[in-house]
Amino acid sequence: MVNIMNTGSTREYAGKKILELGGTNPDLCVVGADLNKSTFTNMFADKYPNRFFDVGIAEQNMVNIAAGLAASGKIPIVSTFAVFGSTRPMDQLRVGVSQPNLNVKVILTHAGLITGEDGISAQSLEDLSLFLSLNAFSILVPSDAYEAQAAVELAINTNGPFYIRLSRPAIPIINKPDIILEHGGSNIMYEEGNDVSILCYGYMVYHAIEAAKILKEKHGIKARVVNMYSLRPLDESIVLKCSKDSDFILTAEEHFKYGGLHSLVSQYLAENNPRKVLSISMNDYAESGTTEELVNKYGLNADNIVKTIISNT
Amino acid sequence: MEISELKDLAKNIRIDILKMTSNANSGHPGGSLSSTDIVSVLFGSVMNYESSDPKWADRDRFILSKAHACPVLYAALAETKFFPKSELMTFRKLNSRLQGHAHIKTPGVEMSGGSLGQGLSFGVGVSLAAKINDKQYKTFVLLGDGELNEGQVWEAIMSAKKFELGKLVAIVDKNGIQNDRFTHEAMDMSPLPEKWKSFGWDCYEVDGHNIFELQKTFNSLDYNNQIPKVIIADTTKGKGVSFMENNPDFHGKAANPDQLKQAIEEISQSN
Repeated sequence: MVNIMNTGSTREYAGKKILELGGTNPDLCVVGADLNKSTFTNMFADKYPNRFFDVGIAEQNMVNIAAGLAASGKIPIVSTFAVFGSTRPMDQLRVGVSQPNLNVKVILTHAGLITGEDGISAQSLEDLSLFLSLNAFSILVPSDAYEAQAAVELAINTNGPFYIRLSRPAIPIINKPDIILEHGGSNIMYEEGNDVSILCYGYMVYHAIEAAKILKEKHGIKARVVNMYSLRPLDESIVLKCSKDSDFILTAEEHFKYGGLHSLVSQYLAENNPRKVLSISMNDYAESGTTEELVNKYGLNADNIVKTIISNT
Repeated sequence: MEISELKDLAKNIRIDILKMTSNANSGHPGGSLSSTDIVSVLFGSVMNYESSDPKWADRDRFILSKAHACPVLYAALAETKFFPKSELMTFRKLNSRLQGHAHIKTPGVEMSGGSLGQGLSFGVGVSLAAKINDKQYKTFVLLGDGELNEGQVWEAIMSAKKFELGKLVAIVDKNGIQNDRFTHEAMDMSPLPEKWKSFGWDCYEVDGHNIFELQKTFNSLDYNNQIPKVIIADTTKGKGVSFMENNPDFHGKAANPDQLKQAIEEISQSN
C-alpha cells in the first residue's frame, strides 16, 4: 500500500540528483538558459563551474551546444522550462540531437497545467507530443520527487537522448526514497482488482490512487493504478494485460489529449486489442490559477476520474 | 602540403563535386565549389587528423554548418582517404553513407546538419569539451553568408566570446548568393566584419580562392589566446566553372552530361 507522507517538487529533487551525479561522473555537464535557479541546476553550477554553461536566454544555441558536447564524449544536461525547451529549439532537437542520436539529456521543469498562475504561455501541455515526435528520444515523467531522482539516474546511465518532464510545485510523495526506474518500465502503484485499470503518469498518479480508494469505498469498484513513467519506450505488455483483463481502461494525464498517453495507448491497442479507452486530459488552453483551483476546474483530479468511470459503468 | 599540391587537391575536389552531383542528378554544386579552396587548405595543410582513425580524440574538428555543401566535404574526405573515392558515386543514393545533407554516419563528418544556423553552436559545444578535457584541438566551422540570416548564429557568436574560445574558428564562405537571390537582396548582412568585431571576435578578410593567402591566414592565427576568430572568405559561387560562376541556378542543380564534360575540361585546364 502506498503511504502518503509529505510533498516535494520534482525539479528540486532532480536538481539535487544532478548535483550528486556531478560528483561521481566527471563527464556530466549542464547547459542552461537563464532559469537555473528555478530548475535547481544552480546547485551544480556552484559546485562545478567548469562544467556549467549559461548561454543566456538562447534555447536554440543551448541545444546545439549540448549536441557538440555530447559528440565530444560529454553527457550534457539541457535545463530550462518545458515551454521554452520544447517548442523553441524543436528544429535543433530534431536535426541536432534526435537524428544523430546524441547523448543529450533534456531535463525540463515547470511542465503541465500546475505551473499555475503564470497562465497559458507557461503551461506546457504539448511537450510530450513534441518529444514523442522526436523518434530517438526516451521519455520519462516522474510521479513524485523520489521518482524524479530515479529518472535522472536512469537517463544519465543510459546512452541516448532523453526527455525528463518535471513540474513546479511540491506534490505528494508516493514512492519510497530508493525507488529505481527501468528503461521502458512501469509501476503498479495500487491494485485492489481489475474492474478498471487507470494508466497515468506524473502528478496524475497521486490523483489516480486517491480515485481508486474512492472507487472501492464508495462504489465497490476494484481498480488498478499503473504508473506509466516511461512514455517511450512504452511498457506495452502492461497496456495489453490491463486491456485484456479489465472491464474499463482509462488514461489520466496532465497534457493535451492529442499526442499524450491516451494517444499512445489507443494507438497500441488499435493494433493489438481494439477497445474503448477513456481519457482524463486537457482539451483546451487553461488560464491562471493555483494548482488546486486549476486541477479542480479542469478535472485533473480524483473526483473527475471517479465520475468518468462511474458514468461509463 | 605545398601550394602546388593544395591546388591539385582543390582541382580534384572540384571535379569530384561535379561528378558526384551530376551522377546524383541533384545536390548543391554552387556552394560546394565556392568552399573548395577553403576546405582544401584545411584538410591539405592546416588540420591535424588521422583518416584511418576518424574519431581520434585529439583531431582538429571540421564542422560543415552549411551542410547542403556536403559534396565538398565528401570529396575532401575521399581525397584524404577517409573512405574510397569510388564511394562518392553513391552520393544521394539508397543505402549510401553519403547522405544528401551531411550526417555523422559518414566517417570524418562531425555533425549532422541540413537546417542552417546550427553548426556554430555545435562548434561552441565541441570547443567547450576541449576546454573541459584540456585538449589542444582546434574547431573550424564553415558557414554560408546566407546562413548568417539565422538568429541562432548570433546566439552562438555571443556565447563563443563569453566562453573565451580561442581555438574556435568560423569561416564564412561569402559567395553572395543564397537559394532565391543575391544575398544583399535577400537580407543585406553588411557591414559583416564590423558585426563580428562588435561581438568581440577577431576578424580576418581573405580572398577565399587564394590558397596561399588562406594558408597564411590560418597559420597566422593565435589559437592560444581567448578570442574566437572569424575568417570572412570572399568567394564566387560555382567557382571554376564558367557557366556556374555567380549563377544562382546552380545553387541546387547539377550539371547535365554535356555541361559536366565542359566543366571538367575547364577545371582541368585551369591554373
